[in-house]
Amino acid sequence: MRLRPIAGIMLRQFYLLRSSPARILPLFAWAAIDIVLWGFITRYLNAITAAGLDFVPHLLGAVLFWDFFTRVMQGVTTAFFEDVWSRNFLNVFATPLSISEYMSGLVTTSMATSAVGLIVMLPLAIGVFGLPIFAAGAFLLPFLLVLFLFGTALGILATALVLRFGPASEWLVWPIPALLSPFAGVFYPLSTLPVWMQWIGRILPPSYVFEAMRALFAGRTIDSSTLWLALGLAIAHVLFAAWLFERVYRYAVRHGLLARYSAESVS
Amino acid sequence: MVDRTAAPAPALSLEHLCKTYGRIVAVDDVSFAVGHGEIVGLLGPNGAGKTTTISMILGVLEPTSGRIAIEGVDLARDRAKALAGANFAAVYATLPGNLTVAQNLRFFGLIYAVTQLRQRVDSLIEQFDLTALRDTRAGLLSSGEQTRLALAKAVLNDPRLLLLDEPTASLDPSAADVVRGQIRRLANQRGCGILWTSHNMHEVETVCDRVLFLARGKVLLQGDPKLLPREHGADSLEELFIRLARATPGAAR
Repeated sequence: MRLRPIAGIMLRQFYLLRSSPARILPLFAWAAIDIVLWGFITRYLNAITAAGLDFVPHLLGAVLFWDFFTRVMQGVTTAFFEDVWSRNFLNVFATPLSISEYMSGLVTTSMATSAVGLIVMLPLAIGVFGLPIFAAGAFLLPFLLVLFLFGTALGILATALVLRFGPASEWLVWPIPALLSPFAGVFYPLSTLPVWMQWIGRILPPSYVFEAMRALFAGRTIDSSTLWLALGLAIAHVLFAAWLFERVYRYAVRHGLLARYSAESVS
Repeated sequence: MVDRTAAPAPALSLEHLCKTYGRIVAVDDVSFAVGHGEIVGLLGPNGAGKTTTISMILGVLEPTSGRIAIEGVDLARDRAKALAGANFAAVYATLPGNLTVAQNLRFFGLIYAVTQLRQRVDSLIEQFDLTALRDTRAGLLSSGEQTRLALAKAVLNDPRLLLLDEPTASLDPSAADVVRGQIRRLANQRGCGILWTSHNMHEVETVCDRVLFLARGKVLLQGDPKLLPREHGADSLEELFIRLARATPGAAR
């Protein structure tokens, strides 16, 4: 894998961000609004419930981690959509660029854009609402890593979906995190869910992160084997997504979809 | 063992290329080669299979059967190596309109892993008379300026094979003449093989060393564009084109 083409994908995104406030704002605006909104909700809940209960770490921590995961997924898909929106498939894919280089470019772009969101969310959540995020200590890193990997996997899956079904299927991509959130136990333990939902939740790596986060903030010990399991699952999701994208790309090349999408407008 | 006495591989070689969609045959057993320094015109009525052929050479469409080699490198076996020596410009593949002229060239320069990119971009901007438009977004350029940018991108990686799909379609006669000269020089001085599609028969006669006439996915005729009309009892290449196109069932009349 060559680094220059990957740098090219990143540079293109940097150029687009630099020249467009409409692209820069979503990197942190929605994340900031979420933190502010949920910050006040947690304050209110703390005020009206029995003393000793602190909703800040449970709810605001969950919002912060879930937002980070969503930004990662959207970072991958948005970088891909730039090629859809500018009908650039033909120019990009009729080059020596390999699929792994292209995907790596999208993922590294997402790494940078999601970091911007995190950098805005953290000071807000910690400074304004007192989120004790650093109580997570060394666990913070595996939490973020698992969420990053799963966000990447979903982003790649979403791009495969659009590559297969065309630019008009873009609208299917945006609600994916919202569809998964009830199963991932973002705000409640998996045991709250019906059994069939728990089974789905168990194959979603974020569910382990949120269970561990709640345990940590409740002062319980974290079983590190569950985080290893989450990491393994997240890597498996990334590998599956990359495999699927490769398959879809082969299908697109066999059926002439790449050339057709270059001419197709987003409808 | 490598045969060092063998002739160098052509810039492009197509062997028995076929593309079918179900029962529809888009390209039917097409074989030809483009030598280094040679400009080959790919002619034919709409729907003849020209764009399908070009898409297959660019690796964005998989042939049903047959072989494509760029400078002897099999496209199916080593796509990245084969395409590293090729590039293209097509009217239907405009460059991202939200990037400036210089940004587009830098972006594609990195994708093609061009070395000394800054100097290369500066030199191409000057060569294609884009200096004043360097920081203008591609989407705001006139169609002629967009064509010049597309051509600058097409030669970024100093390709050994260049595919040009109607490269002068939106240029005024003077600009088209300049571009034809630049492309001719690229073939003569750099030994670049060029596959050129155009509906401008005068241009084809002027620029191309050889033409291939494609209809319903098959190569019907090929030869020197200056001699072909006389060999087939036509006064000009345009008359020959019209006659062949009208003799082709299903072609536009």
